[in-house]
Amino acid sequence: MKNILEVTNLKKKFGNFTAVNNVNFSLNEKKTIGLLGPNGCGKTTTIAMLLGLITPTSGSIKIDNEDLNPRDHQFLSKMNFASPYVELPKKLTVMQNLKVYAMMYEIKDPLKKIEELIEKLKLQSLIFKKTGELSSGQRNRISLAKSLINDPQILLLDEPTASLDPDTGDFIRTFIEDYQKNNPISILLASHNMNEVKRLCDHILMMKEGNIIDQGTADQLISKHGRNNLEEVFLKIAREKNEN
Amino acid sequence: MKIKRILSLMLRHFYLIKGSFPRIFDLIYWPTVQIILWGFVSKFFTMYSSYFGNAVGVILTAAILYDFLFRSSISYNMLFLEEIWSRNLINLFVSPLRSSEVICALTSTALLRTLLGLIPAVFIAMPLFNISIFELGFPLYLLLLSLYMFGITLGLLVTAGLIRFGPSFENVAWASLFFIAPLGCIYYPVDILPEWIKPLALSFPLAHIFEEMRSILVNNTVNFKNILIALGLNIFYIGLGIAVFYKAFKSAKNRGTLVNIGE
Repeated sequence: MKNILEVTNLKKKFGNFTAVNNVNFSLNEKKTIGLLGPNGCGKTTTIAMLLGLITPTSGSIKIDNEDLNPRDHQFLSKMNFASPYVELPKKLTVMQNLKVYAMMYEIKDPLKKIEELIEKLKLQSLIFKKTGELSSGQRNRISLAKSLINDPQILLLDEPTASLDPDTGDFIRTFIEDYQKNNPISILLASHNMNEVKRLCDHILMMKEGNIIDQGTADQLISKHGRNNLEEVFLKIAREKNEN
Repeated sequence: MKIKRILSLMLRHFYLIKGSFPRIFDLIYWPTVQIILWGFVSKFFTMYSSYFGNAVGVILTAAILYDFLFRSSISYNMLFLEEIWSRNLINLFVSPLRSSEVICALTSTALLRTLLGLIPAVFIAMPLFNISIFELGFPLYLLLLSLYMFGITLGLLVTAGLIRFGPSFENVAWASLFFIAPLGCIYYPVDILPEWIKPLALSFPLAHIFEEMRSILVNNTVNFKNILIALGLNIFYIGLGIAVFYKAFKSAKNRGTLVNIGE
C-alpha cells in the first residue's frame, strides 16, 4: 500500500516547553489515522506542523516520499484542512467562497468541481446564502466542501463534528466514509468524539504531553487497556495525567 | 508566483466590497468629507494669505495627496485585518498561496480600493473649488507612485506587526500614519521644522514629495531631484518593509502564533 505521509522524530519546542516530542507515524493511501489525547497534548501542534503553520524544531515530514520543504508551498496543493474553529469569510456567499478557493488551488474546471461538491454535500439550497447566515452544521459542510476543492491526497480534520447535533454529525461522518471509499484520500483526524474516531479511523495514535504513548486500532487499544470502550481508554489516559 | 492565486485573493476582497453597501460608502465618504473640509479651509487661506494666494489650492492638493497615502496604507491594513476578523487567515496560510502572492494581492487591491475612494473626491473638488490636482501635470503621477509605495511600506510594517503580535497590534494599524505625519511636512515646508529634526524628516520620502508638490504649485518649477530622492528612499523602505514582513512570518511560524492569530 502506498505510503502518503511519513513523519519521523517530529519535535517542537517552545522555549523550554516541549509541545511535541519525537512523534513518528505513517499514513497510507485511503487510510485514516486518528489523533487522540487530552487538551494540550500536542495534537494541534502536530497538525499545524504538517500544514506548514509551525516550523518543527527537528524531525522530518515526507509527503508522497518527498521531504516537506517549508519554503516550497507546492506541497500544500496536495493537502487541505477543515476545522469548525477556522471559518470562511462570513460576508461572502457559499458560491463566492468556493470560487475563491477553487481559484486559489488552481482548479482546472472550478464550476464542475463546485457543482460536484454541492451535490455530494447537499448544499443546493445554500449556495447563494452568505456563509455567516448559516447554522454551524451548514458551515461545517461548507468548510468540508472547501477542504475537498483540490481533491487533496491528505485531508487534515480537526474535530469536524464538534458542537453538531447527532444527525448532522452522522451526515458528515457518513460523507467522509463514502468520499474516502471513492477517492484516493488519506485522512488525519483529531477528535474528542470517541465514537467518531472508532468509526472512521483505521489506526489511532494516543498522545499525551507531546508524546505518542500508545497506538493501534480501536479494538486493540480497548483490549490492551482492559476497558469497555475507547472513551474509557481516553479517560484512563487523561486521569493518569492528572495523577502525575 | 502564480497570477491565478494572486487574483483569487483579490477576488475575495472584490466580493466583500461588492456585497456591502456600508463598505463602499465608507470608502467614498471619508475622502470626500476630507476634500470638502480642506477645500473650504484652503479657500479661506487664499482670501487672507499672500503665500497661498500664489498657488490656489496648495492645502487642498496636499490634503488629496495625503489622503491618497492614508488610503493606500489603511487599505492594505484593512485587507489583512478583514482576514483576521473573519477568522479566515488559517485557510489562506494552509493553501498554496505564498507570502509574495499575499503581498502582491494586497498591494494591488489596496490601490484599487484607494482609487475607488479618491476618484469621486477628486472630481467633486474640481467644480466645487475650481481646483484640480491634475494641474501638477506629469510629476503628479510620480508623486502618487511615491506616496503609494510609502503607504504600502507602512501597510507591510503594520501587517508584520499583526502577524508578530496578533490582533492587539490593530490600534497601531490605525495610528501608524499619524506617527510619521508631523515629519512628512504635508501642510508646511521643511524649513518650519527645528534644525535638529530636519535630517530625520528628510530621511523619509514624504518630506521630499510634499516639498516638490509645493514647488510645482507655488513656484511653477519641477525639481526632479526631489522626486528621484523620494523614489529612491521608497525603494529602500519598501525593501525593508518586505524583509520585516518575511521575518515576522518566519518568527510567527517558529513561535507557533499563526495558529491562534484570529483569537
